[in-house]
Amino acid sequence: MSLLSTEPRLNLDVLPRSSGTASPWKRATVIGGLIVAGFWFIVLFTVQWWAPYAPLEAVGKRLQGPSWHHLLGTDALSRDVFTRTLYGARQTLPVSLAVIVSAVTIGTTLGAAAGFIGGRVDSVVMRLVDITLAFPPIFLAMAVAAALGSGLRNAFFAMVIVWWPIYARLIRGQVQAVKHRDHIQAAVSIGATRWRILRKHVLPMSFTPALINATLDLGQVVILTATLSFLGLGAKPPSPEWGAMITEGAQFFYQWWIAVAPGVAILTVAMAFNFLGDGLRDALDVRAKR
Amino acid sequence: MSQPSTTPLLEIRDLHVRFAVRGGQVHAVRGLDLTVHRGEVAAVVGESGSGKSASMLAALGLLEVNAAAAGSVRLDGVELLRAAPSVLRGVRGGRIGMIFQDPMTSLNPVLEIRRQIAEAVITHQHVSPRQAEAKAVELLEMVSFPDAERRSRSYPHELSGGMRQRVMIAMALANDPDILIADEPTTALDVTVQAQILDLLRSLRQSRDLAIVLITHDLGVVAGLADTVHVMYAGRIAESGPVVDIFHRPQHPYTAGLLASLPRLDRPDTELTPIGGVPPRLYEEPAGCSFAPRCLYAVESCTQMEPILQRVNESLVACSVLPLATSTTEAAR
Repeated sequence: MSLLSTEPRLNLDVLPRSSGTASPWKRATVIGGLIVAGFWFIVLFTVQWWAPYAPLEAVGKRLQGPSWHHLLGTDALSRDVFTRTLYGARQTLPVSLAVIVSAVTIGTTLGAAAGFIGGRVDSVVMRLVDITLAFPPIFLAMAVAAALGSGLRNAFFAMVIVWWPIYARLIRGQVQAVKHRDHIQAAVSIGATRWRILRKHVLPMSFTPALINATLDLGQVVILTATLSFLGLGAKPPSPEWGAMITEGAQFFYQWWIAVAPGVAILTVAMAFNFLGDGLRDALDVRAKR
Repeated sequence: MSQPSTTPLLEIRDLHVRFAVRGGQVHAVRGLDLTVHRGEVAAVVGESGSGKSASMLAALGLLEVNAAAAGSVRLDGVELLRAAPSVLRGVRGGRIGMIFQDPMTSLNPVLEIRRQIAEAVITHQHVSPRQAEAKAVELLEMVSFPDAERRSRSYPHELSGGMRQRVMIAMALANDPDILIADEPTTALDVTVQAQILDLLRSLRQSRDLAIVLITHDLGVVAGLADTVHVMYAGRIAESGPVVDIFHRPQHPYTAGLLASLPRLDRPDTELTPIGGVPPRLYEEPAGCSFAPRCLYAVESCTQMEPILQRVNESLVACSVLPLATSTTEAAR
C-alpha cells in the first residue's frame, strides 16, 4: 500500500525536448534570414526619413565611385545609387507581397473548390492549372506582361497568372487527402454543412504547406519582378526598381557599383526568404522532420 | 422486446446499395428489410462485406460518390433516401446519432474535444458558443467521462480509445436523438473497455428511451445488449428475430453455423465448427440462395430458387429447406 500511495513524480528536466533540435548552422540561417528580411521591411517603411538623398534627384557628378558622400557612388544621371537601392525596396517588395497574397488567395479558393467539390469543377480548374504550368513561368510572365504593356501594375497581373496554379494544385491535393479522413465523415454525420466542414475542418488542416511555400516563393517572386523590370516589362527606367537599375548599370562595365548594388539587394532578399521558408517548414511540417 | 407502435421509428424496405468499382459494380446490399421500433436495440450481425455498414451509411446519405442506393428508408414515416440535403443534415446528428468503429481517427486531432462536441450542439440548436461548450461538458458527464470540466479541454491524442469513444457517443447524443446507429462501436477497443462502453450504451438506452442500431460481427456484444437480431449474409437478411430465439433456436443454417463457430463458456469441451468456404463475391448476382455453396443442408433447389423470408416462431428466416430447423440446431451443436 505504501508503495502505491507514493505519488509518481515525473522529472520534466530530464525529458528530451521534442522540438528545437535544429543544427546550429540551420539556426544561424534562419536568424540571418529573419534579420535581413527585417532590415528590408524597416527600409520599406522608413526609408523616406533617413535616406541621404532623394531617389530621382541629380546630386554631384555622374558615375562617381563609392565615397563618404555617396556610399555606393552615383549613376549615369548623377543620382545616388545607395539611396536608389534603398528606395528599390518600396517598388519590389510591395509588388512581390501582393503577388503572393493574391496567388495564395486565388489558388486556395480554386484549389479547395476543386478538391472538395470534385467532379466537373475539379476537371475544369485542374486543366487550367495544367495548361498554365505547362509553360516555363518566366516565359509565360513575359508573354502576359508584354501583352498587357509594361508597368509594374501589369507585371503584377502577369505574375499572379503564373503563380496561382502552384497553390491551387498544392491545396487541392491537401484537401483531397483530408476530406476522406474519418473525422470528416464524423462531422457529416452530426449534420454539419459542407461549407462549415470545409471552413472548420478541411482548410485549417490543408493550409500549412501553402504557408510554407508562400514564404519560399516570396524570394522567387522578388527575382521575377526584377527580371521583368530588367527586360523592360516591369517598372520603367526613372523609377528606382532593382531590375530596372541593373539594366541601366549594365551599360557601364567599369562603374560596377551601379548594377552590383541592386543585384546584391535582390540576392539578400531572395536568400532571406528562402532561409525563412526553410525554417518555417522545419517548424510546421511534421513529416519533413528527420 | 419493446412494444411495436403503429409507425416504426426506422423502417428500411427493399434497400439496395451498389458500388461502382473498376470493371463493374458490387451489389453490396440486395434488398434489405429492417424495422426498428422506439426504444429497441436492434443488432445487425454479419461478416465483413455482408452490407451491414453500407446499409446504415446509405440510410443517412453518407455513402461515398461511387455508391448508389435504391429502395426506401423511412424515419417516422418520412422518406430519407431521396430527401433534400438540408433535411438530411437535420436528421444527421439531430434525430439520428451515429458513432463509428474507430474512435482513434473519427475525432479531429487539432481541436479540443469540447469544441467538437459543441459543434454538434451548435449545428442543430440556436445557442451561443459558450452555452454549447457548457452543454458539451454536461454531455461528457452523462457518458461518465471523469473530471469532465477540466478534461473537456483535452485534445483527442491525450485520451485513450475508450475515452475517445465516449466523446463520440457524447457527440452523437448531443441533440437527444431517437436512434443511435453504432457501427462496430467496440471493435477497436480492448475487451475490458468494450464492456464499459456496452454498459454505457445499456444505461443510456434505459435512461433516455433510445433506440440503438448496433452493427457488429461480435455475437458476444449482441447477446448482452440487443432485443432483436438481424443476421445479414451477402447483402440480405438471412434470419431476424428476438435475441433469445436467435441464440437458442437458430433457424437458418448460417446463423447456426455462426453460433457453432463461437467458443462457449458454458460448454468448454465442445469442438468449434467453422463454416467452410468464403462469402460470395458480389460482382455478379448469385443464382438461388447466396449461402447455398457453403451450406451443409443445401439441396438441388437451393441453387435455383432464391429463398424468401418466412415466419418461423417469432423469427423471419430466408431458407427454402425449412423446416429443417431443429435438426440444423442439433447438428451444429
